Parts: sequence; C-alpha cells; structure tokens
Amino acid sequence: MAEHTEHHIVPIKVYIAVFLALMVFTAITVAVASFPLENIWGPLNIIVALTVAVIKATLVILYFMHVRYSSRLTQVIIVAGIFWLLVLLLFTLADYASRSGWPTPLAQ
Amino acid sequence: MATETLEMTAEKRVTYLNVSHTVKSWLLTLDHKRIGLLYLFAISFFFLIGGIYATLIRLELVTPQGDLMTADTYNRVFTMHGVVMIFFFLIPSIPAVLGNFLLPIMLGAKDVAFPRLNLLSWYVFMVGAGLFMLTMINGGIDTGWTFYPPYSSIYSNSQVTLAGVAIFITGFSSILTGLNFMVTIHTMRAPGLTWFRLPLFVWAHYATSLIQILGTPVIAITVLALALERTFQIGIFDPKLGGDPVLFQHLFWFYSHPAVYIMILPSMGVISEIIANMTRKRVFGYHFVAFSSLAIAVFGFLVWGHHMFTSSQSMYAGFIFSIISYAVAIPSAIKTFNWTATIYKGSVSYDTPMIYALAFLGLFTIGGMTGLFLSALGLDVHLHDTYFVVAHFHYVMVGGALSGYLGGMHFWWPKITGKLYPEVWGRISAVIIFLGFNLTFFPQFVMGYLGMPRRYHAYVPEFQILHVLSSAGASILAIGFIMPIIYFAWSIKYGQPAPNNPWTAVGLEWQTTSPPPPENFNYTPVVETEAYEFEHVEEIKNAGAGEVKRRHKESRKKNASRQSKNCQTS
Ligand code: HEM
Ligand SMILES: [Cu+2]
Repeated sequence: MAEHTEHHIVPIKVYIAVFLALMVFTAITVAVASFPLENIWGPLNIIVALTVAVIKATLVILYFMHVRYSSRLTQVIIVAGIFWLLVLLLFTLADYASRSGWPTPLAQ
Repeated sequence: MATETLEMTAEKRVTYLNVSHTVKSWLLTLDHKRIGLLYLFAISFFFLIGGIYATLIRLELVTPQGDLMTADTYNRVFTMHGVVMIFFFLIPSIPAVLGNFLLPIMLGAKDVAFPRLNLLSWYVFMVGAGLFMLTMINGGIDTGWTFYPPYSSIYSNSQVTLAGVAIFITGFSSILTGLNFMVTIHTMRAPGLTWFRLPLFVWAHYATSLIQILGTPVIAITVLALALERTFQIGIFDPKLGGDPVLFQHLFWFYSHPAVYIMILPSMGVISEIIANMTRKRVFGYHFVAFSSLAIAVFGFLVWGHHMFTSSQSMYAGFIFSIISYAVAIPSAIKTFNWTATIYKGSVSYDTPMIYALAFLGLFTIGGMTGLFLSALGLDVHLHDTYFVVAHFHYVMVGGALSGYLGGMHFWWPKITGKLYPEVWGRISAVIIFLGFNLTFFPQFVMGYLGMPRRYHAYVPEFQILHVLSSAGASILAIGFIMPIIYFAWSIKYGQPAPNNPWTAVGLEWQTTSPPPPENFNYTPVVETEAYEFEHVEEIKNAGAGEVKRRHKESRKKNASRQSKNCQTS
C-alpha cells in the first residue's frame, strides 16, 4: 500500500459501487428499524444496526477518505484513533457491566 | 567577527515585527510568530475576563451571607470563570502562544508544516470565542464548567446550547494546532536534529498534540450531544428521556482529564528549558523526561473515572481507575525528581524565569500529591466536591501550568519582542504571585477538608476566617498579575534592546536574532549536538557570536546540498 501512495487515481466505478453499497446498507438500517427483530432474540436489532453502521463507516473511511491508498503512517494514525475509541468504550462498558451482579464486600 | 555581530543588531535588520505594518499583514499573516502573538492578545483578553469573574467570586465569599449576588448569579459567575479560564485561556495558553512562536524555531524550520491551517486555527478560535462572548452578554451559563446533565440539558435556564456550540468550535482550533505541531515535528526538523536531540519543550508539545488530537473530538461530540438533547429532547443523558447522566460524565472526563495534561504538559516543557538554561546543566535523565511526557499522554487517558467515584460508577471500575491514577502520577514524579536533580550542583541563577520554575516545582508537587489523596477511593468520598478539590486543581493549574506560562513568557520575552523587561520588577512580581497564590489557595485545602462544599455563595460562619484569608490572598495575587502586564507593555516602548542570547542559553531559538527575521534564520541551521550541551555554548560564548555562524557554515559545507540559503556574509 505504501508503495503506490501519492497519486493513486481511483476509478469512478469504485466510487459508484461504494455509493450503491452505502445506499443498500441504509435501506437495511431503515428496514431493521421498523422490523421487530427482538422477537427473535433480544439484542438482535441493535446488533444488526451497529454492524451495518460499522461496515458503512469502514467503507467511507477506506474509499471516500482514500485511506486504502494512503501511506502507512496515515493508516497507523487512523488505527490509533479507532483504538482510542475502543479504550473509551471498553472502560465505560466495564463500569456498566460491573454495576450489578458482582459481590459488594461492605453491603449489609 | 565582533563588528559583524553589531551589524546584525543594527536597526535596518528586517524582523518578523517590522517586515510590514498594516492591519491586513497581521490578520492574514501566515507567519507562525505573528499567529502566536495574535493568540497572545486573544488569550490575554480572556485571562482578564476570567480574572474579573474570579474577583467577583472572592468578593462574594468574604462574608458568610450571600449579600453581593443571588445564588443564581453566583452560579453563573463561577461557571463563566471556569469555562473562560480553562477553554479560552489555559488550554490554548502555552501551545498556541509560546508553542506557535517557538516550535518551528526550535526545530530550525521556517514555519509550521501547514501555515494556512495555523491561521485558520486562530480564526476558528476567535469564532468560538465570539460566540462565547455572546453567551456572556446574554447572561452566561450556570451549570459549572462540567455541564453535568440532566441539569444542563433540561433544567438550566441559561445559554447552555450556545456555550456548547462555542466550545465545540473552539475544540477544532485546538485539534488543528495539535495536528500542525505533530506534522511539523515529524517532518521539519533541521538537518542533524534527531529525536533525541530535540529540546524537551518539543517533546512536551508532541505529547500534548497527541492528547489534543485523540481527546478533543470526544468533548466536541459530547457537548454537541448535550445541545441536541437540550434542543430536541433526544434521550441521551436525561433518564426521563431514557438516557444516562453518568454516560455524560464518562464522555466528559474522557476528554477533560487528559485536558488537564494539555494544560500541564506544555508547562512542563517550559520548565525543562528554564531549569536547564538557568542551572547550566543538561536536564538530568533527558530520555526519562522525554518519555514521561508520552507516558502521561497515553496513561492520562485511562484515569478519568477518578472524577466519578461518588457517582453510580461501579465500585470495580472505581478500583481500576484509582489504581491507574496512582500509576499516572509516576511519570510526573519522574519529571519532578529529575528537575530537582538537575538543579543539584548546578550554577543556578535566580532570574525571574527561574523563580517561576522553582515555584512550579513546589506548587505542582503539592497539587499532584493532593491529586493522589483524591484518587483514594475512600478519602474521595469525604473530599469530593469540597474546596479541597478546588485547592488541588488550582495548585496544578495556577501554581503549575500558569507558573510555567509566566516563566516562559519572561524567558522568551526578549526573543519575542527584542526588548528586555525590567528584571527587578520581574522578580518582585514573581515572588508576590507565589505568596499571594499560597495565601489564596492553601486555606482552601483546610476549609475543604473541614467540609466547605464548592460552588456555594453562602456558608456557615465557621469558615469565614479561612475565606477572608483566601480573598486577601487573591487581591495580592491580582497585584502580582497586573505588574507583568504593565512592565511588559512598558518594555515594548522603553525596554533595552535585547541581545540575541540574553541568558547565554542553548537552543536554536537563541542562535537567531531577537526578534527573529521573518524566516527565522538567515541560514539553514545544522544541529550537531544534543540538547542542553553547555560545554559547547561556553566555547561559543568565548569565541563570540560569529563563531556560531562559522560552525553552521562548516557543517553546511559538509552538507553540500543545503548550501544555497547562505545570505549572510561571514
Ligand atoms: C498527579 C496527578 C493527578 C491526580 C492523581 C489527580 C487526581 C484528581 C482527582 C481524583 C480529582 C477528582 C476529585 C473529586 O472531584 O473528588 C481531581 C480533580 C481535578 N484535577 Fe486533578 N489530579 C492530578 C493532576 C492534575 C493536573 C496536572 C491538573 C491540571 C493541570 C488537574 C486538574 C484537576 C481539575 C481541574 C479537577 C477538578 C475537576 C472538577 O471541576 O470537578 N489535576 N484530580
Ligand atoms: Cu482527573
């Protein structure tokens, strides 16, 4: 990737394909929002919605923001940003996950 | 060679200040030095505004009754004080003023990597600042600088949305500055200036930039979410709408704890420069001091929960945040011990910058240590939201970060303006600030420990003596702050012209003229030594200033490709 960095020209077809993919995923999001998936399994609605969102974000970052064709350093910076987001999520969710159902030594 | 030095300081020399005089040449400048000065004017203005609010707070608290203002007004006053001082003064202070001015020069570069982005960052800052002024005129906000919902998102009758937008916008100026610095440090170092030859000021700013880039987007999106909830009743933080207020605290502190390091790290960089140059010794344990900045930047992101021990955050998360908070004090302690070791057996000169550096050492140590008290799970239940916390963060933010800023302003004033400030007044005001500061904030530790809560305009009479002491200290502190404003302004017109290197300091910024030419150097500097190589500078001092240039010329010859820019004769 780092080899062919600077003047990579992305064929217009790629952009159109990505755009169409994004549209399809948007349609899925809308459909899922009005379809009671939780009847099948409680958190399924959220799982589908978030998966779709992550895929869409990835497509935008890789193609529209040209990260797929960028230098290694740019990619490292972006991965660092995502890693930091994971830190935020991990520590925050660690709080929520350990609020109940764990022993409280001083209780009662 | 001596005559040549004289010629260099002769009047006709073109400097970044006299190269053009029009208003337009300032407002559209791409010169990092001028942009630094634009920031200086903006943040000095906000320091004044924040100071006025602080005066109102201390006046109100002289008596136990709320006689000067209503509780509601008082809420607005302390909130505006906090927001102005943190977002519009302290966060931009050292990076945007001294960092902008010095970083490219310390790297031997002509400018930052993206000069236009740099100017844009100032304009973005001014737009955010302008909006915030609008908030101020419309009565300000009353939520505390922490904006906790659901009060802020549902109940407050003040300008929360506008203030949120202002802070959102200002955040981008901080991101742009950080981005610019990072790329500049990566790509624009002078020939020979390897990573471990960088001044520690640069390392500190690198670490700061990292936090600005990785942290600021989170506060931006958080205040935006708050504004959305407030405007459209989307349930994000308010439990009545299905949101979670503690989620706001997580998001807010994910940025705002690292933000305290945005304030202190650049100051630590300044202190490294001052201490090395004022003791004429290489900073003890250079690598440790450099890497401790990075460690602070990274691990500073993992401790935010220590602000939430008394919320519904789980006890287990509290354990983790508490332990990591203890760990993150280690890199700060490494720095403090290494600076102390640097002073040991150095030839110390007690000029104004050094007085500020010594003040920093003492006050930051007290501030940091009390931070550890607060990171103890049990003790924090007693101390949380009392004046003890207020005293803690003023020791680190005023005693630490602001001391560094003022020390740096004195240290580099001759370089920035080409004028010497009156040294005696500098020392007097530094001592006044130190004394006034301690009188203001030490009693707050005591009253906080005794149970005086923060953010109240009235209190039980038992605390009055401590509050009066604190207010008396604040008036002394105010005198100490006004003095530099006066003598700095005075020195611009009447000060002695500054030599290029008034402190016989090392560092590339002292090898160019005072004030520097528009492109910083009239030749491309080549770096052959480590930072803080004082044997080398003694040699040069004895040999005269021409020697510096001769050495550069020699190195340049070795480096044939870079020979072109040699416009000065030798
Ligand atoms: C040595 C490392 C430090 C530790 C372990 C530490 C720890 C803490 C803790 C536990 C609190 C929460 C107290 C409470 O609300 O109950 C706190 C508050 C605070 N600290 Fe520190 N601190 C440290 C350094 C700093 C530095 C360097 C700064 C700023 C330059 C700073 C600024 C603040 C501020 C502004 C608050 C109050 C936030 C609020 O308004 O509630 N701290 N600190
Ligand atoms: Cu903190």
